Amino acid sequence: MSSSLNPACSADAATAQIPCVFAAENVTKTYEMGEVEVQALRGIDLQLFEGEFVVLLGPSGSGKSTLLNILGGLDTPSSGIVRFRDRELTAFDDAALTRYRRDHVGFVFQFYNLIPSLTARENVALVTEIARDPMEPGEALKLVGLADRMDHFPAQLSGGEQQRVAIARAVAKQPDVLLCDEPTGALDVHTGVVVLEVIDQINRELGTTTAVITHNAAISDMAHRVITMKDGRIGTMHTNEQRARPSELQW
Amino acid sequence: MSPLHRKLIRDLLLMKGQAIAISLVIASGIAVFVMAVSTHAALDMTRQAYYDRYRFAEVFASLKRAPLPLADRIAQIPGVAQVEPRVVMDVTLDIEGMSEPAVGRMISIPAGRRPLLNDVYLKAGRYLEPYRSNEVLVSETFLNAHGLKPGDTIKAVINGRRQTLTIVGVALSPEYVLQIRTGEIIPDEKRFAIIWMDERELAAAFDMEGAFNNITLTMLRGASEREITTQLDRLIEPYGGAGSHGRNEQLSARFLSDELKQLRASAIVSPSIFLSVAVFLLHVVISRVIGTQREQIAALKAFGYSHVEVGVHYMQFVMVITTVGAAIGIVLGVWLGKAVTGLYAQFYHFPEFLYHFDLRIVLLALGISVLAALVGTFGAVRQAVLLPPAEAMRPAPPAQFRETLIERLGWSRLFSSSGRMILRELERRPFKAIMSTIGIAFAVAVLILGRFGVDALGYMMTFQYFITQRQDLSVTFVEPLSADAGFALQQLPGVLRSETFRAVPAKLRYEHHYRNVAILGLNEERELLRLIDARENQAKLPPNGLMLSDKLAEVLHVNVGDTLTVEVLEGERPIWQVPVTALIYEFAGTNAYMSRQALDRLLREQGSISGAYLRVDGNMIDTLYHQLKETPRVAAVTLKDAALEGFRNTVAENQYKMQAFNIMFACIIAFGVVYNTARISLSERSREMGTLRVIGFTRTEVSTILLGELAVLTLAAIPLGYGIGYAFALTMVQAFESEMFRIPLVISSETVAFAAGVTMTASVISGLIVRRRIDEMDLVAVLKQKE
Repeated sequence: MSSSLNPACSADAATAQIPCVFAAENVTKTYEMGEVEVQALRGIDLQLFEGEFVVLLGPSGSGKSTLLNILGGLDTPSSGIVRFRDRELTAFDDAALTRYRRDHVGFVFQFYNLIPSLTARENVALVTEIARDPMEPGEALKLVGLADRMDHFPAQLSGGEQQRVAIARAVAKQPDVLLCDEPTGALDVHTGVVVLEVIDQINRELGTTTAVITHNAAISDMAHRVITMKDGRIGTMHTNEQRARPSELQW
Repeated sequence: MSPLHRKLIRDLLLMKGQAIAISLVIASGIAVFVMAVSTHAALDMTRQAYYDRYRFAEVFASLKRAPLPLADRIAQIPGVAQVEPRVVMDVTLDIEGMSEPAVGRMISIPAGRRPLLNDVYLKAGRYLEPYRSNEVLVSETFLNAHGLKPGDTIKAVINGRRQTLTIVGVALSPEYVLQIRTGEIIPDEKRFAIIWMDERELAAAFDMEGAFNNITLTMLRGASEREITTQLDRLIEPYGGAGSHGRNEQLSARFLSDELKQLRASAIVSPSIFLSVAVFLLHVVISRVIGTQREQIAALKAFGYSHVEVGVHYMQFVMVITTVGAAIGIVLGVWLGKAVTGLYAQFYHFPEFLYHFDLRIVLLALGISVLAALVGTFGAVRQAVLLPPAEAMRPAPPAQFRETLIERLGWSRLFSSSGRMILRELERRPFKAIMSTIGIAFAVAVLILGRFGVDALGYMMTFQYFITQRQDLSVTFVEPLSADAGFALQQLPGVLRSETFRAVPAKLRYEHHYRNVAILGLNEERELLRLIDARENQAKLPPNGLMLSDKLAEVLHVNVGDTLTVEVLEGERPIWQVPVTALIYEFAGTNAYMSRQALDRLLREQGSISGAYLRVDGNMIDTLYHQLKETPRVAAVTLKDAALEGFRNTVAENQYKMQAFNIMFACIIAFGVVYNTARISLSERSREMGTLRVIGFTRTEVSTILLGELAVLTLAAIPLGYGIGYAFALTMVQAFESEMFRIPLVISSETVAFAAGVTMTASVISGLIVRRRIDEMDLVAVLKQKE
């Protein structure tokens, strides 16, 4: 599948064999941290394709979270253009970004960000409640292998289970893209693999375009494409001929 | 139920203690509001209905004696609607089982038909029948106070003749909703009766056939009271008119309108203070909740929840607390309103006094609480709403740290390590420490405000009945007598000391302001009635001119040095120009004083007297009473003990009951504030506490740090709270001030100790709850928390 991907995505979808989901052109982002100016992104050009599994690799501070937040509509760039399919994300106002996140994006965070006062099922329902065409919360939890833990509160679940709830919550709305920020960052190897398997399965079975941020190079073997970032710029980009199964990963 | 609602309920349950505390604070404010507003509405409506239905007059005048045809001329005054001439006389009553005399105010009414104005409401028995002699209607309170009923008799000294009167009916009148005698400040139910008698009979007894000595009238809509009283005064002047006045100077009506004014003030002042505290608490608590839920907010936003949805979620949080509080407050307020209406019904006498439940008041109360909640939490919720989701993903930036002042000064060795931690925490986050201190200070202030009424009342009783009035009884005569009458009084059995006085009814006028008052002429040498200003300084009567109570001066818009026009309303009715030479700051009444010599000079009199203050031998008192009852010239005998007892039984008792509610609310607020402060401080620092435990601090040591901080804040809050409480009390005193009364701003050390005590108790109890939580802290879980 990866071999058929056309790396030269254009805004004109008709010329591409596989449609482009995201296209970023010369995106920069500058934060003001008190008196210090931090240049998180220094000109990013990037395309992500339908159904693609991309790993963004890089040390902390390389700008990968910032990029992911911009793609997910959580943040806006200081300059440059980001397109989602044929719409220009960077032209969206706040309400449109909210709408965009609600309808198209599934997020998975390093620290799960579950609502502690809601059970696993209710955490998922939080999203299905407002989505256009969601799965049943139970179905989503079954997908991540938590059919028997649905009525547990986050505090009653292990870290891996919590992260799987977070994934269920992200995919239950049947998003167009799944954005994962260090999904295994807080987990041990074994649990991390279980979580990655779930993400991999979502990507394979539902065909959801998936971007995973990590500073763990081992994870990159399971991607279609690996993009490394450094100092707010894209360093290298390579396509895996053969995608590894998460269980085959070593770290 | 949507997951967000589930989250709401569970979050609320998680902090139910704090939520309940805030709800109760809101409930307290709303309860006082609903109580005051609904009681006000009930009293106002009851009064209005009574005045209308029983045709309460609008203008009142008394005179010496005028022929009845004058009443027709009075009726011709433009703007006058109805006129009712009457005979009104105060007589001495001799009641079985009571040695001291009572005063009966006899009012003539037509037998067989209802009076045109000031109609009586017949509560029991029957109306007067024509041509039956010695039948009377008597006011209900007096009958109740003595256990009398229709069919019983009372003895009265009418124009020097002792007569037995048969009670045929129990009556109430809009003129005497509060049965209070002129010159008194409180009703005396046992010693003051209103007695209605057939006009022919009463007129015959007082040689008033074909004449009247009192007239009341109503006005046409839009007529000017001022013009009517001016013309009325001109007409009655030749007949000894003592100046007419409107309802605003009619004693019972004035008490009622003052009461209404105070209720209005109650409806505003206390609830404002209570709700401000609630606003403050909501602000602190909601800011804290939103602070701890930063990441949850970020997640919600990342999933596509809009600003409005996030804002609404936290607002619902606030609104649940608020509406629960408001609902409790409304129920409590209605219950209190009924209770207070019951108290009023004992004090003010209406045919029926119905508590009226009004949905509008409920809506208003709800509206006010919601508004208060919005004010308190708008900022915090707005922050949650505006928090950019990407930024919210990151934990809040770490606090700025610097060396504390104590450390810089090198005093750190003076403190233990726990002590240093407490001080550093306080100094590093001074804003939080200040906010907590202000919160607790509010609790202290509300407690002071709640109890200060007791102090004020106690002080007023002492001041009025022990510091200024030191006589045992005072005697007033029907009309001024020669100085000999004073010597005669001195000769009565049991009289140890007698100090005579001259009281002259007069209209004081300055520009277009005027008041009818009695100018009290006093001797230089006095032991019994002392003139003492509200700062407890003995005031000296100026040798010339008038000394006015500052309230009277304010009403007349005069100051020392101004000259008043004094129209004397008796005898030759001279008109003088008299300078105001001194002011005296007093608590009750609008009084005017003059030296006896100066007054005599103006009146061209040689020591005439209107009455006397007596100090008497307690063993001889019954004999003295008996003698006084037999003295026809004596119009009234006022006993200080009786007055004090009356004050205690009515005003004070009611006030104490109201205070009990206030104190209860104040305690709720104190606990609410302190408990919330302690809980927030625990939740903010649980991680730090956990770390300390892990590195080997004992539970006691860890608790000491947190509780020590609470103790420091509480101790700092007490003096601050005293200051705020003083300001609250001052606001209350000013809001309650009326022409007749002024509440002294006295805060006793007991009250301060009480406020401090309750606050410290609240701190200790809250501290114990927090301590228990620290003891039960799951160390691993605490440390795992990402914050």
